[in-house]
Amino acid sequence: MKINEQDFEVYRTFLYKDSGLSITFEKAYLLESRLSPVIKKLGLNDLDALTSKIKMNDAAAKNEVIEAMTTNETFFFRDTHPFERFEKVVLPKVLESKPAGSTIRIWCAACSSGQEPYSLSIILKENAAKFAGYNFEIKATDLSDDILDTARTGRYSQFEVQRGMPITLLVKYFTQDGANWLINDEIKSMVNFSKFNLLDSMATMGTFDIIFCRNVLIYFDAETKGKVLAEMHGHIAKHGSLFLGGAETVVGITDKFKPLPGERGLYVPYDATSV
Amino acid sequence: MKTCLVVDDSRVVRKVARRIVEDLGFKAEEAEDGVVAIEKCKESMPDAILLDWNMPNMTGIEFLRALRSESNGGTPIVIFCTTENEMSFIQEALQEGANEYIMKPFDSDIVQTKFEQTGLL
Ligand SMILES: C[S@@+](CC[C@H](N)C(=O)[O-])C[C@H]1O[C@@H](n2cnc3c(N)ncnc32)[C@H](O)[C@@H]1O
Repeated sequence: MKINEQDFEVYRTFLYKDSGLSITFEKAYLLESRLSPVIKKLGLNDLDALTSKIKMNDAAAKNEVIEAMTTNETFFFRDTHPFERFEKVVLPKVLESKPAGSTIRIWCAACSSGQEPYSLSIILKENAAKFAGYNFEIKATDLSDDILDTARTGRYSQFEVQRGMPITLLVKYFTQDGANWLINDEIKSMVNFSKFNLLDSMATMGTFDIIFCRNVLIYFDAETKGKVLAEMHGHIAKHGSLFLGGAETVVGITDKFKPLPGERGLYVPYDATSV
Repeated sequence: MKTCLVVDDSRVVRKVARRIVEDLGFKAEEAEDGVVAIEKCKESMPDAILLDWNMPNMTGIEFLRALRSESNGGTPIVIFCTTENEMSFIQEALQEGANEYIMKPFDSDIVQTKFEQTGLL
């Protein structure tokens, strides 16, 4: 299956507009290989049939193409370091700036199949005594309905749990379900999953103390990254912290956030209250 | 250079595991069962041990018990690497002093993550 430049443009434009995903014609081979299964799944004859559906703004077809083109890869406690900083530095700082009894709001802004928010709720559970007196809300959002369904079930393969979940925590917070592992209800109930497109207005989101927006901006172009980060700035507390992925930064993208010196991957609002 | 002892009765598994730990910068030693493994440990304690469960002569869990009762047998990081994937086995291993547990089949990324999380890397 070969895609011509004209059809490629149809996909490029709609992917960019609907999901922020930015692809160039050099990546046409990727589009080709990922569209074949979509054509099959939708019971269509060929690429032309799919392209017509996209041109006609067919929501189901668009959804399938977005799903096929986005990367959902994620692990529990991915990169270790951010989770350690969350527990040891960021959360204690937030607690200091809020009176006991308040609710600490945490947002996982591209949560994929749930490993990131569940890692956070396990940390909260493990430190329950230390963080007693506060309430926690973990809001986890993603663009993809399918991946959110997976996240909500909290069922992971042996491979998935082994990529990051320490064995003592696996034994403590999961039950075995044949070849899979199911996360316990007490951990699951701490996370609130919903669908949200990062390109949309965040007006209804409220204000967060901590935002994890990891390994998603990397798929956007500079302009889109800048817009998302600027919008996020309006929804993070002045004492708040933003975690980005290992290959992401605010530097050269936006002046709404600044790196926290000595803390890789961690950013604070430009107008942050002094630390 | 840190050392890792690979204990498994399958030569193929030992070869695969050796490759992985060498790529992670470890010097690899091999033992085909618990008896040989404990002798090697008495000679010189490795930093890490990748340990199979089911082996002739002395099983992995018997080896672990013997190891942890040696005078400096508490130092190696012991990571089970086995097809015994039941929760009860994992719990027994942890009780006897295993530091981590890898369920077969596994890949190099999993070994690397476990090494990082136990402070070996
Ligand atoms: C590689 S995963 C990152 C998961 C997790 N944050 C991590 O770091 O491991 C990227 C996720 O971003 C989601 N995504 C892509 N574009 C998005 C958008 N415009 N709005 C919200 N989520 C989006 C994808 O569906 C995918 O689940």
